[in-house]
Amino acid sequence: MNIWERLQRIDRRLIFVLIAAVVAVPLIWPPQPQLQISPPTRQVYDFLEKLEPGSVVAICFDYGPSSAPELDPMAYAIIRQCLTKRLKVLVMTLDITGKQMKTHALNRVVRQVQQEGVKVVGGEDYLDLPYQPGYSAVVLGMGEDVHKVYPVATADGQQQPIGAWPLMGRVRTIRDIALIVDLASSNTPSMWVAYGGSRFGAKIAAGVTAVMVMDYYPFLQSKQLVGLLGGMKGAAEYEQLLGKPSIGMSGMGGQRWGHLVIIAFVLLGNIGYFAARRAARRAAQAPEVG
Amino acid sequence: MFVQFFVPHKLSQDALKYMTDWMRIIGTFALVLGIGSLIQRHTARIRQRHRDAPYSAVALCCFLAMVVLGIGWKTEEGSPFDWGFTYVFMPLDATMFSVLAFFMASAAYRTFRARTPEATLLLVASLALMFGRIPLHQALDPHLAGVAEWIMAWPATAAKRGILLGVALGSMAMSLRLLLGIERSHLGTGKEG
Repeated sequence: MNIWERLQRIDRRLIFVLIAAVVAVPLIWPPQPQLQISPPTRQVYDFLEKLEPGSVVAICFDYGPSSAPELDPMAYAIIRQCLTKRLKVLVMTLDITGKQMKTHALNRVVRQVQQEGVKVVGGEDYLDLPYQPGYSAVVLGMGEDVHKVYPVATADGQQQPIGAWPLMGRVRTIRDIALIVDLASSNTPSMWVAYGGSRFGAKIAAGVTAVMVMDYYPFLQSKQLVGLLGGMKGAAEYEQLLGKPSIGMSGMGGQRWGHLVIIAFVLLGNIGYFAARRAARRAAQAPEVG
Repeated sequence: MFVQFFVPHKLSQDALKYMTDWMRIIGTFALVLGIGSLIQRHTARIRQRHRDAPYSAVALCCFLAMVVLGIGWKTEEGSPFDWGFTYVFMPLDATMFSVLAFFMASAAYRTFRARTPEATLLLVASLALMFGRIPLHQALDPHLAGVAEWIMAWPATAAKRGILLGVALGSMAMSLRLLLGIERSHLGTGKEG
């Protein structure tokens, strides 16, 4: 096997070890890169910035732990922005695995902002809606009456009938929610657009995993989504806009070196492929010359 | 539902309300059906001493443990259920997904070869997107990100929109065929009417 053929057959274990190393090391020593903010990320940020204090924002956690590294940082950043801007936050989920994710994210950010001196009160500034099965039926139901779909809600571990929470005095239907942000690892943003947006006129933004971003650009261009956060980069961009670099930004180091290693291997494979093909052609032409 | 969307009459609104309530009720029953199916399938495997019976036993035990913890001590933060979710399910699920990164890296290296003009186009577009999604250098980043954004916003969106419209029209046609009884292969007849 010559060097060109070797370049095309690098042991996969070497690739695995290199990927593991370049992803792990920046997590231990996180970089603080300056990112180029993409327009869809800025649109979400600007929309929330322009909302009047007291407006209600619903954040829907339609993902499980497998997508948490990409979507959790988005959730933390958006909840933080809402609470510090005096916007009211409702967290909810249409996916059973999102049940714990939403509670963890909300409690984590509430604790952080309280430690920073921001006064937020459970039931007045934020509320945790329980999981309801039915996907589109839940969204359609919210269009009619949110209180009927969610008879109870929780704040600070205390569950009460939904009408007993002061925050819910502002919200009767989906139209009373200024923005719904769907953080998803499945196709729920399309469902929110079709039922929540088109049917009831709700404003929808989405945060999705990097592999799904392309699926939602058509909705962005048609203005059915007010903005879109894509993958780890979307989360890191949002943290940069907030001026609070956190785990999204830490992940960008691993993503940077991971991408560079993959690009390097793809280029090596192609160099080997073209060089081997050229060598084979020369070898085939050699007897004729001689 | 399709017709209802275009008819803002009270009768139509009431019909939507009624159907939405039923959808939620049926959705809840689907959950019961799923749990029943899971228990039935795994119990059958254990009874038949199938070679995967140990895995079925683990699945059933874990399922029952989480049900007992959830009902007995609720699911709030700090509860035993939450502990199981945070320290067992979360790392397992995240590990399963993160292993994909290694396979994707290996697969990209083996398959991304510029063998044909189409493959070259795919290779160049994917490299441009990969460069555009990472911070490299302050002087380069605006250009790389701009190229990536342009690919996503124009050629890729145009293609995606075509696919979406095609799939939507195909789904509508298939739904009509099913409702009108023209398409019956799903009933196991193996023939279309």
